[in-house]
Amino acid sequence: MKLELGYIQINDIQFSKECKVENGTLYVDPEAIKAFMYEDDDVKAWVKSFSFDVAHPGESVRITPVKDVIEPRVKVEGSGGVFPGVINKVETVGSGKTHVLRGMAVVTAGKIVGFQEGIIDMSGPGADYTPFSKLQNLVVVAEPNEGYQDHKHEYEHAVRIAGLRAATYVGELGRNVTPDETAVFETYGIKEGIEKLPGLPRVAYVHMLQSQGLLHDTYVYGVDAKRSLTTILCPTETMDGAIISGNCVSACDKNTTYHHQNNPVVANLFAAHGKTLNYVCNIITNENVYLADKQRSSDWTAKLCRLLDLDGALVSQEGFGNPDTDLIMNCKKIELQGVKTVIITDEYAGQDGKSQSLADADPLADAVVTGGNANEVIILPKMDKVIGTLDYVDVIAGGHAGSLRPDGTIEAELQVITGATNEMGFNRLSAR
Amino acid sequence: MSFKVVHYINQFFANIGGEEMAHVPPELRDGPVGPGTALDTAWKGEAEVVKTIVCGDSYFAEHEADAKKQVMDWVKEIGPDFFIAGPAFNAGRYGYACATIANAVQEELGIPVLTGMYEENPGADLKNKVLIVATANSAAGMRKAAPVMAKLSLKIMKGEKIGASAEEGYMPNGIRRNFFEKEVGAKRAVDMLVAKLNDKPFTTEYPMPSFDRVPPNKAVKDLSKATIALCTSGGIVPKGNPDHIESSSASHYGEYDITGVEDLTAEAYETAHGGYDPVYANEDPDRVLPVDIMREFEKEGKIGKLHHLFYTTVGNGTAVANAKGFAAEYAKKLLEAGVHAVIMTST
Repeated sequence: MKLELGYIQINDIQFSKECKVENGTLYVDPEAIKAFMYEDDDVKAWVKSFSFDVAHPGESVRITPVKDVIEPRVKVEGSGGVFPGVINKVETVGSGKTHVLRGMAVVTAGKIVGFQEGIIDMSGPGADYTPFSKLQNLVVVAEPNEGYQDHKHEYEHAVRIAGLRAATYVGELGRNVTPDETAVFETYGIKEGIEKLPGLPRVAYVHMLQSQGLLHDTYVYGVDAKRSLTTILCPTETMDGAIISGNCVSACDKNTTYHHQNNPVVANLFAAHGKTLNYVCNIITNENVYLADKQRSSDWTAKLCRLLDLDGALVSQEGFGNPDTDLIMNCKKIELQGVKTVIITDEYAGQDGKSQSLADADPLADAVVTGGNANEVIILPKMDKVIGTLDYVDVIAGGHAGSLRPDGTIEAELQVITGATNEMGFNRLSAR
Repeated sequence: MSFKVVHYINQFFANIGGEEMAHVPPELRDGPVGPGTALDTAWKGEAEVVKTIVCGDSYFAEHEADAKKQVMDWVKEIGPDFFIAGPAFNAGRYGYACATIANAVQEELGIPVLTGMYEENPGADLKNKVLIVATANSAAGMRKAAPVMAKLSLKIMKGEKIGASAEEGYMPNGIRRNFFEKEVGAKRAVDMLVAKLNDKPFTTEYPMPSFDRVPPNKAVKDLSKATIALCTSGGIVPKGNPDHIESSSASHYGEYDITGVEDLTAEAYETAHGGYDPVYANEDPDRVLPVDIMREFEKEGKIGKLHHLFYTTVGNGTAVANAKGFAAEYAKKLLEAGVHAVIMTST
């Protein structure tokens, strides 16, 4: 399957009556986006109001609580549309051409459902830990309808859909814009790949999807990942939004939709594809809570690795604790099939860094990349402007009573920062 | 003003001689000797070796107590800001002496220390106690080791925060520290996989710990006479979370009295846990901490009694060492209270 991405660099976002992309600036009318979001019945039913703001890199701005981050894209050639099975029809994506509004994101924020949404600082020390501080962010703050307390799952769904719709609306503005840069990504069929790239080790990406359920969900072509068996995806499908986040685990290691669209493992395997390895496919597997599910899913992952006659597999994780067991099961079983693995995770080594970092371990996991210790404490300075609300800083995962100090500074664990210890290896942060 | 440093070296690096002179007893000299001059140069006047202690390797090995006492007496008398030993490279007895004496100076005199050696040197067994810079396996590595040791020691003398082992050059010491790598994690992972596939050397960023597995206790013989306690890592607390147990990475646990409580209601209890969807636990906290069922069993005589206290914390992102500490503490309380068995619910 072959996909061409056309990157349209966005350097600024401005509100305007006219919606367009021109000379690197996105001009957008919040009312037009709002109207498009409210076309969805669930959004209409559960979201009382939306407010819009723009956060630029380097500004003294804090966005919190952050729900999802989404990159606007639009399919200009080939089958299907972005976010298939959710926004567009459930047609296979990943081939043809897609335009990407690079350098920006749609960020959904507002009143939270659980404890689990995060912080994006656009400047200061916190900005170093989140990749989203480097983007022009169009922030959509949602306010729930009365009575949402008894319908939190419906509200989460509505906000998720609203964010995807906003990104779709903005992405559409790039349809007829000439990209600044293009790149082509192609993987081959099994036999074709062996013939085209003889002698290169055959590698798959084992992509673990958060599926503990109840606000810890991931959707593939609209299917809840916890209700799916381990299966295969073409890497380019992820670039068209085949996988979206419905996940509210700790902000630091949740994979936002932006992470799925810009999966760094996919990007780096493509960079090595045809040179040092043959990138065969992605194997997607879930992280369910029941032991039988864990056993079944990891068995299937190992089985697929064997059936594909792989030489190597790169495994990424989402979340921590419970999913550590899925990670180790996958790693161990794949290794026992004679397929060499590298796993990417992050650590909960305690604030002093002295604790064992994972909730499970195995000697076969001898090649580990870490996204850093999420328990490490950071002090975030007061920001001039807050988009969203600081009401939840003390209770979000990684905060504690008194995290928000009287002078407006925040003392908390890195956990609170969206994307800080990402387990797809999105960042440079690590630990030893 | 510059920081005062005492440096410990062996007879070889003091130019006294090799194995044939390894019997020499401790000797105190003014200023830097041998590798100490390289340290002084690197410090550029910010710190200096004021005294050098020279001791033969065999002497230290064969008269450890005497040698140690002499060295300690001198260090105590001089009262330096810092103590450096070695680097010892792959010299086994020298490495052992460096790590042992550095550990003693740090523990007994409270003076910060640093040593250096090859990672397979037996002295490196103390790496979780003493900061040890990893060096080459021969003295040819001095040119590389001295600046690393000088830089790290100066940082400590100045009271600056030290970085991760991979950045500073010390051996991993069981304390995980964050730092920014040059490449993103996914790139490092692909490079590591390519190395592993080609049987080339690679270094894991997190060596797997030996995992603590606890065998279950024997079954309770007669439940109808047993006192059973409920404990949970699911974060059930009285409404309002009076002890402010964190939603993730809990720093403490709670102990709450349920005397006379027949049922955990949404009005009186809730969860503080930030790692799972709280909706259903908050609707009916018995779903996580089944007080209602235990009361039924109590009435039916299936169990002797439900213990009047429950222990609770949040498992989410809580360091294993912390969790172990909480449990060790309340397990003792449970034993003292005559509890026979515990139902521990997780989420």
